[in-house]
Amino acid sequence: MGILIDRGTRILVQGLTGRQGNFQAERMQAYGAKIVAGVTPGKGGTQSLGVDVFDSVAEAVATEEVDATIIFVPAPFAADAMLEAASAKVPLIVCITEHVPVHDMIRVREYVKMQGCRLLGPNCPGLITPGESKIGIMPNHVFQPGGTGIVSRSGTLTYEVAFALTNSGIGQSTVVGIGGDPIKGLDFVDILELFNSDPETKNIVMIGEIGGTDEQRAAEYAREHVKKPLFGLVAGVTAPPGRRMGHAGAIVSGGAATSAAAKIDVLKECGFLVAVHPEQIAELLTA
Amino acid sequence: MDLFEFQTKEQFRQAGLVVPDGDVATTPEETAELAAEFGPEVAVKAQVLVGGRMKAGGIRIVSSPEEAGRAAQEILGMDIKGHRVRKVLVESASVIAQEIYLAAMVDRTAQRLMLMASAAGGIDIEEVAATSPENIRKAHLHPLLGFRPYQGLQLAKELGLPVTLWSGFAQVCQKLFEVLTHNDADLAEINPLILNSQGEFIALDGKMSIDDNALPRQSRLFSLENEEEGNDLERKAKAVGLNFIHLGGNVACMGNGAGLAMATMDAIKYFGGNPANFLDIGGGATIKQVTQALEIMTGDPTVRSLLVNVSGGITRCDDVATGIAAALQQDHIEVPFVIRLVGTNEEEAREILAPYNVTFVRTFTEAAQSAVKLARGNA
Repeated sequence: MGILIDRGTRILVQGLTGRQGNFQAERMQAYGAKIVAGVTPGKGGTQSLGVDVFDSVAEAVATEEVDATIIFVPAPFAADAMLEAASAKVPLIVCITEHVPVHDMIRVREYVKMQGCRLLGPNCPGLITPGESKIGIMPNHVFQPGGTGIVSRSGTLTYEVAFALTNSGIGQSTVVGIGGDPIKGLDFVDILELFNSDPETKNIVMIGEIGGTDEQRAAEYAREHVKKPLFGLVAGVTAPPGRRMGHAGAIVSGGAATSAAAKIDVLKECGFLVAVHPEQIAELLTA
Repeated sequence: MDLFEFQTKEQFRQAGLVVPDGDVATTPEETAELAAEFGPEVAVKAQVLVGGRMKAGGIRIVSSPEEAGRAAQEILGMDIKGHRVRKVLVESASVIAQEIYLAAMVDRTAQRLMLMASAAGGIDIEEVAATSPENIRKAHLHPLLGFRPYQGLQLAKELGLPVTLWSGFAQVCQKLFEVLTHNDADLAEINPLILNSQGEFIALDGKMSIDDNALPRQSRLFSLENEEEGNDLERKAKAVGLNFIHLGGNVACMGNGAGLAMATMDAIKYFGGNPANFLDIGGGATIKQVTQALEIMTGDPTVRSLLVNVSGGITRCDDVATGIAAALQQDHIEVPFVIRLVGTNEEEAREILAPYNVTFVRTFTEAAQSAVKLARGNA
């Protein structure tokens, strides 16, 4: 079962006929994801990967019941695609696209909330409930069904952790990549809350990195509310201050609190067992 | 991308904020000419993308064109925290009655835009935040409403400004907010915002940082091409589109994805080495970029071993291996390689690299440990 998606989730793909969108949607289908329609303005009435393509999200949801949408459109159009999905009240909006301007995201985030929708991303790998469904771009083979929930700001690091768990025989309930941007939809706290109330999730792994103070807020939330074993990893202990490490949000600035060391301290204080590298998470979980 | 003070002030001016009259010079002669135009009293200010200019002697107040020229002679070419001064801003000196800090910025915690102000202007705001946070006032802006004048009036009151100045201050806030949104900036800061003896607000110094994601629609600003001061390796990497930061350790490393690249650095440190760099080849690295990346990494004289740590997904391991093979074919590379390529087309990658003397490993732990060990053996 897990959180947010399961085998019954009916998925729309915005940008289904694009190169990336088509390639990834096919892999989602191969994993068992139930794609019910696609949207590409101007391609309405055609078909792709065995489903109908519509000109707009509104037209798609008028014909097909849709629980979630995944957005693969290029950056200049991504904010608009999220707003379009929110205006059609698609309950879960997952935006894979990176390089969405931050001023756009501030407005998108607000509108999504007003419409009562949930947004994951942008600039994220999506989410997967192993053995059931995938709305994202992560490699299919590294996951296996089980009881560990993973929430992460980083893409490939998530795959590493999941793969290390899978290799140690530890499966995952749901794996959620919230993305590396400073302004985004669902954050660590939102996902911890969902994992905490999900009966299939027995323990939780949180993967953070330098920049911002989301990890601290999440750790403090967890100390108050989460009654399951907590594990953590924070990348960037060796990152120099003032330099942006890849992700738009990954920079040690505005005080020492945004450093990996500061985050690790708070995580430990709040009851997390913190690993120093991805494979150690598996060791901590099996200890 | 960060803007220089003179570029920031140009944006301020366009939005209707008052800044001192002035212009930039690249030679002492130009400086003297500008001083004659904007003087008699002028400030000669080093233009660098780093704080602490005053302490480093990069800002001088002078009262004649001759003095201005001499000041420029000293300041131009100066090294301020690794940043070379190539330009000076020459502008009319101002009479300061009061100094205020005012900034418009993206607040990650609140996920909104924010105005931040302090009556303790002119000094390091981070220090104020750390020592007396009660002296910093904040106003968050509604994403769909933006700045409203009442917020400016309230900030003015909280700063203790006299009622006669409230409306003027609110207008400064409004204009600064416009600077922020119009230019897709993460930060637009005036420090100090001064009150002169006529009760006018003047932006005496300013700083802006533009959201890199907004490049397509801010081409006007990005065409300024403010070159970030970095060392030669970083400049080379940037020229070929690589995300590379030099750190100076003994183990060079490469990962796909920023999180994985950082975790690789951390593991190197944990197992007793020192990462030489941060390098994220991202999801769509070309074979050529991999080769170029390795050339840059092995061009670093302190590097004693090299670790490639790639978790194949969208990135294909055979592509990375082909790029590595091309680099290894050049005989000047003598640093030992440790390679971890897992995921998509892993077997093909091993075959491609079979003829070369590289160490293949399977796990993250082995990867970091072997790279550190090889670096020690090669010291």
